[in-house]
Amino acid sequence: MKSQRIFAIGAIVVAIGGIAWIALGNLGENLVYYWTPAELHQNAAKAAGATVRLGGMVKTGSIVQGTPLTFEVTDGTDTVKVSTSEIPPAMFREGIGVVVEGTVAADGSFQSKRLMVKHDNEYRAPKDGKMPDEKAMFGTLDDAATTAATP
Amino acid sequence: MILAYLGMGLVLVALVFAAAGAIAGFTAGRTESVEGVKWARWLGLGFCACMMLSTITMETALLRHDFAVRYVAQVGSLSTPTYITIVSLWSSLEGSILFWGFVLATYIAVTLALTHDRKSPALADAIATWLAVGAFFCFLMVGPANPFLPLSSPVPTDGPGPNPLLQNHILMVVHPPMLYLGYVGMTIPFGFAVAALLRGSLGAAELKELRNALMVPWGFLGVGITLGAWWAYEVLGWGGYWAWDPVENASLLPWLTATAALHAAMLPSRRGTMKGWTTILVLTSFLLTLLGTFMTRSGVFNSVHSFSQSDIGPTFLGFIAVVLVFSVVLVAMRIDRLEGEGEGGAVVSRESAFLLNNLLFVALTFTVFVGTTYPLMAEALRGVKVSVGEPYYNQMAVPLGAAILFLMGVGPALPWGQPSAERLRKLAYPLGLGFGFVALGWLGGVHGGWPSVTLFFAGFASHVTLAELHVAFAAGFSRQSRRIGGYIVHAGIILMFVAVAISSAFRIDQETHLAKGETVEFGGYSLTYVAAEKIEESNRERQVAHIDVRKQGALVTSLDPALNIYPGMGAPIGTPAVYTTAEHDLYLSLMSIEPERIGVHMFRTPLIVWLWVGGGIVALGTLLALIPSRVRA
Repeated sequence: MKSQRIFAIGAIVVAIGGIAWIALGNLGENLVYYWTPAELHQNAAKAAGATVRLGGMVKTGSIVQGTPLTFEVTDGTDTVKVSTSEIPPAMFREGIGVVVEGTVAADGSFQSKRLMVKHDNEYRAPKDGKMPDEKAMFGTLDDAATTAATP
Repeated sequence: MILAYLGMGLVLVALVFAAAGAIAGFTAGRTESVEGVKWARWLGLGFCACMMLSTITMETALLRHDFAVRYVAQVGSLSTPTYITIVSLWSSLEGSILFWGFVLATYIAVTLALTHDRKSPALADAIATWLAVGAFFCFLMVGPANPFLPLSSPVPTDGPGPNPLLQNHILMVVHPPMLYLGYVGMTIPFGFAVAALLRGSLGAAELKELRNALMVPWGFLGVGITLGAWWAYEVLGWGGYWAWDPVENASLLPWLTATAALHAAMLPSRRGTMKGWTTILVLTSFLLTLLGTFMTRSGVFNSVHSFSQSDIGPTFLGFIAVVLVFSVVLVAMRIDRLEGEGEGGAVVSRESAFLLNNLLFVALTFTVFVGTTYPLMAEALRGVKVSVGEPYYNQMAVPLGAAILFLMGVGPALPWGQPSAERLRKLAYPLGLGFGFVALGWLGGVHGGWPSVTLFFAGFASHVTLAELHVAFAAGFSRQSRRIGGYIVHAGIILMFVAVAISSAFRIDQETHLAKGETVEFGGYSLTYVAAEKIEESNRERQVAHIDVRKQGALVTSLDPALNIYPGMGAPIGTPAVYTTAEHDLYLSLMSIEPERIGVHMFRTPLIVWLWVGGGIVALGTLLALIPSRVRA
């Protein structure tokens, strides 16, 4: 009886260890980094092939309508060219804070799979020339669902 | 103004009652004083009464639009419909803490009523634990999250109204209370588990009490999670219902551990083992509900560093730390007294199935926990902003979920103790139904991969479940009601598994622009944009697109996806329109609307309606498992 119990506990420990090992391995492969255009440039090596969330402001005069839609996201110092085949939300326009999720293409442009415009109660679009609040913006992609399930 | 002071006073008195009751209860538990139990009970009822009265006070203030109460000025508005005004009690932080207190008071009052004839010191410990938790929430309301702060003059004449997302859909009215009932209700089994550990014993009657007390919040939590997923699907407009969002995960975690606990609790009654383990799972479930509340209420997910600026973050984190340390010390000191010398079963037996079940649920909990908390750790320790992508969760949860489904079939088919060769041979019938499901799926276009594996396990589990239900019904409903309820829950879960697997693997979607009068072909339907319309309502403006849906030339339905614009909120909130059939949903989400042209995202998702039906079946099964045994208790 005793040896059986030890065997069972040993088996459970091995199983939990194995699952933890797999989980942590998977975790490392599926991290999504939040970056500003400047940070994206600094981390170019890491960004290759990974899913990235890029946050910033839509540069004035950079929107080119069409399929795909292209525009530039800026943080004041650096800009990244973004293209998406998505239909942008109604609020999308020049100078608004956006977060795009996608990958960096070989030519350095950003292929967005998901385009979000900052829109919650507390957050107001930044005044001309002022950068949007980065933290408030990074919350954007989570906002909808966060408000959803908050008890 | 008077309501603000009245409410404040009631919360203060509730705090005194809770603190005094907790002290009286723990003292009675140590001194085994019957008089002490009585005292704890009366103080507990006092707490409940004050808590309920203070909630009524807040509702009165909300309904009378008494903007002298700051919370009412924050969330109230003269233009809001009355039922929205009532539920705006939980639309913001302070009110939701008050509502939390109200739900806790209700739970405690009901439990005290159900145990009114008991004067055991164990009950005193349980009461003391509940009241200690109650005291903490009162403390939050007296301090950092005061719902009754008066507003210094000038008193405004109108307010902004609650969060538009709350106003946008009826499910948002129902879903939060369900989650609260789940979260808060975990306090009750937590109290019973603490009492069992403090006394170092968990008898058959106490075990049954613990399991029933656990089943109630577990059921509400399940309903809350399902309604939340349904709400996300009906409102958020991305065609899905579950995104492994931190807030969703926060509600899933305690449900997973509580599910494990409900199964673990079935072993001691049979074999005398696993008592200690069951209490550990109950303590963990309670801790996870606290963690969930902390994560959703402190704004920690916008940034680790923002939580300290939130009103309750540090206090709440401190409370979690105290409960964690208390739980660990308690378990370490008493676990050996609870772990009786029970008998294990053979390697292939019902006992092993239960052990494996617990292992899988713990593994799933661990997976979700790591994924949810990793970004917080990364930001706090390394200053990096990351999030964990959905593929992580899917890669982990799909095989673990499949294993759970497999076990749901095999477990109940295995006998307790030593299995006979004959019993094992009987497993051939369910195998047949498993292959039958796969064949059916094959005809419907499911060709291999995880969906087929899911169908196979689902077929197997369905056969076993239906056979068990047949046996239980034959033995008589009133005697077997708990077993019947349990297997009906299993049936609902199997249905949900199938719906999740098929709907996520075979969803198709497409985005397009439509000019007025233009038609697009999508998923066997022809969609024509007919007209746009603006509708003014008291609290919002709706921009609706009328779209005719035809199938083989015949008009099936007209769908009206909309964008709702709330004053004071910059961006419009979409309301997708859904055409539901048993086979699939056609789901239209409006991206942009102009009179001459709309941007629309179209989805066709198979079998998704069965996810909500399955959730309903689970709720029904829970009720059946619960109500009769409550009546008997």
